[in-house]
Amino acid sequence: MTDSKSTLTDTRDDLPSLSRRQLLAALGGAAVAAGGYGYGVGGGAGLTPGGGGDASDAPASDAHIETLTALAEAIYPPSMPVDESWIENRVFGRVEPQEGHFDQLVAAVEAVDEHARARFGGPVTALSPGHRRGVLHSMGATEVHPTADGTTAERVRFYLLGDLLYVMLTAPESSDLTGIANPPGYPGGTDVYKRGPGGDGQ
Amino acid sequence: MSDGKDRSPSPADVCIVGAGPAGAIMAYSLARRGHDVVVLDAGERYTQQDHHRRMEMWLRPDFEREAFWVDEARDRYSSTGDIFARLNKVRVKAVGGTSLHWDGNTPRLHEKDFEMESRYGLATDWPISYADLSPYYDLAEREMGVSGIDDNPHGPPRDSPYPLEGFAPSYSDELFREACDELGISMATQPKAINSEAYDGRSGCIGYGVCNACPSGAKYSAEVHARKAEAEGARIVDQVQVLAIEHDDDGDSVESVVYVTPEGTEYRQEADHFVVAAGGIETPRLLLLSDSDQYPNGLANSSGAVGRYLMDHPSVETRAVLDDPTWQNNIGWVSSRSDEFYDHEDPVPGSFHLTFGNNAASNSGGAQTRDPAMSQLLGAVGSVEDMAGLATDPFSQTQLGEDLELPTTDGPPYPVSIRGAGEMLPRAENRVTLDRSTTDTYDRPVPSIELSDSDHERETMAYCLEVQADIMDALGAEITGTLTLEDREMSSHHMGTTRMGTDPQESVVDEYCRTHDLGNLWIASSSVFPTGGANNPTLTIAALALRTADVIDEELR
Repeated sequence: MTDSKSTLTDTRDDLPSLSRRQLLAALGGAAVAAGGYGYGVGGGAGLTPGGGGDASDAPASDAHIETLTALAEAIYPPSMPVDESWIENRVFGRVEPQEGHFDQLVAAVEAVDEHARARFGGPVTALSPGHRRGVLHSMGATEVHPTADGTTAERVRFYLLGDLLYVMLTAPESSDLTGIANPPGYPGGTDVYKRGPGGDGQ
Repeated sequence: MSDGKDRSPSPADVCIVGAGPAGAIMAYSLARRGHDVVVLDAGERYTQQDHHRRMEMWLRPDFEREAFWVDEARDRYSSTGDIFARLNKVRVKAVGGTSLHWDGNTPRLHEKDFEMESRYGLATDWPISYADLSPYYDLAEREMGVSGIDDNPHGPPRDSPYPLEGFAPSYSDELFREACDELGISMATQPKAINSEAYDGRSGCIGYGVCNACPSGAKYSAEVHARKAEAEGARIVDQVQVLAIEHDDDGDSVESVVYVTPEGTEYRQEADHFVVAAGGIETPRLLLLSDSDQYPNGLANSSGAVGRYLMDHPSVETRAVLDDPTWQNNIGWVSSRSDEFYDHEDPVPGSFHLTFGNNAASNSGGAQTRDPAMSQLLGAVGSVEDMAGLATDPFSQTQLGEDLELPTTDGPPYPVSIRGAGEMLPRAENRVTLDRSTTDTYDRPVPSIELSDSDHERETMAYCLEVQADIMDALGAEITGTLTLEDREMSSHHMGTTRMGTDPQESVVDEYCRTHDLGNLWIASSSVFPTGGANNPTLTIAALALRTADVIDEELR
């Protein structure tokens, strides 16, 4: 017996379905090919995963943060303020929701950047916001169901788009977009719910 | 997989099966008085970081919310009645039990709930009165840390103030108050086991707004009493499945419970007293699984009542919109209620209470709002467009940037909602049985749940919907949909399946929750409720557990 009477429509595209191991290997290869990501504090661009001798437990390099921020600027509505510090704190500063989640997110960032280089002529950070959205559309990431162990597009949807949307919707910076002053997931205290519209800070 | 923990038996005065609110509170109550207590729980033990993870899972529709605790093979069940049981959406097998994702609402039952037969000629009376339980309600509120304001003109009598200052009504509650005043309907604040200030080593609420997966620890969960029981010397053994309860040759008392560890090792835990505190479904299931030559229909089941008289709390909801702002989704919990219709004069319509929504709009993919049955939701709205408006899911958007469609509480129109939960009368045919055609991880028959409504529930909740419509009308709100009993699913409150009574021919446990059949076997659970009232059961579960602990303590001296 399951707990749902409804069924989800499977909207996955025609991309080949890979095993978790195959996909990780493929994404890792793409990252090496892209050759633009370093790990560890101050690692900077030019180091490849595991190859710099300066590895730390930091889940993402400065270059990953920069790319993810550029994608956030394209995914979020223009009025949503976002910078690299915010992305680093909100995305990678939260409790990792499941073991290995951040590694998968980093792999998804690398997969998107590789697609940008291959099909759009340069890294995500060099593209306009419209072209960054085009990269995601082109990968099929906006049309598939988010699936943690799915195809590349499904994983980009789950880890990258899902994480960026989650941290936005749980941050007070999105209040003007949602009309919710103290969004669920943000510890905004127990005064806001009483004061109503037009209260202090609104 | 081995985590190195010692899960072998140890000497015990009392063995408790289940570390939810009933089992954990009882463990603490007995351990602090010097008794050796062992608690066995099928589920895992979670950390503070796990609760942050759970919050994200709760808010993101692309995660499986129950992935933390549901083991599909272990937790199989069958649902055969009109009402779908959805067990694994609402119960939690873990240290802390279902309090790991309860809403924290702690109203008491009313005096009339103990006297249904005497007052109305319905169902049966409890063998105890509200007055008998009242001091234990006070104690349970102190143990759990209940925040409340004594402002309910139709609430049950109180002998002492709430231990913590209550939470004030929300902005939208005050809008409803004007409408209710016009109709002569009283409103009151909702008592909650959520700290309004630091209490018992836990912080006050800091407003995460995700009460079902509270990461701050301000909301009570039975993890609190699991920790406190351990500090008093009790032993909490997690991830062990109790398979059966074994009695002595005479069939007068229990000798041991048989359990299995994650490594597959079977043990027998002996004790002087045994308490089954495994909730309204697994408690009767374990008794039915523990049949013997002496008890061929299940342990403690001479009455045949084990598994019967299953009750939940049917609920209905009215959703509407206003032209003026309603300030929704800024806190996770309900802050106001009405007991105006609880203490009725005539048998029908029966009791219900109202709560006024603070989360009438969807957000974060609708995960924060209640999760009504899809069929119930579809029946509530007139068109697919309405449906989309109720459940905008930003995690499934196909457009990005300025075209990204986000859930919003901005208007006009602005959403409001009223929910009502009512009483269900106990009926023998609503029951938990064993489905011998399906087995769990341990080759045991799974529980089969059969539940349907009677005219009493239908008439009561139809009247509740009329009241909700009157309030919305007085508010000047336009009703956009109603959730009715049609195609409803079972609520999270499972009661009545090992009912309390004085007659061993008709009930399973006596007034102190000791089984009639076996002198050292006790039950701590909402499964002992002879009737369920219309209020959330957890505070009553805790009060009864504390009362039973006092009796066990006396017997051990």
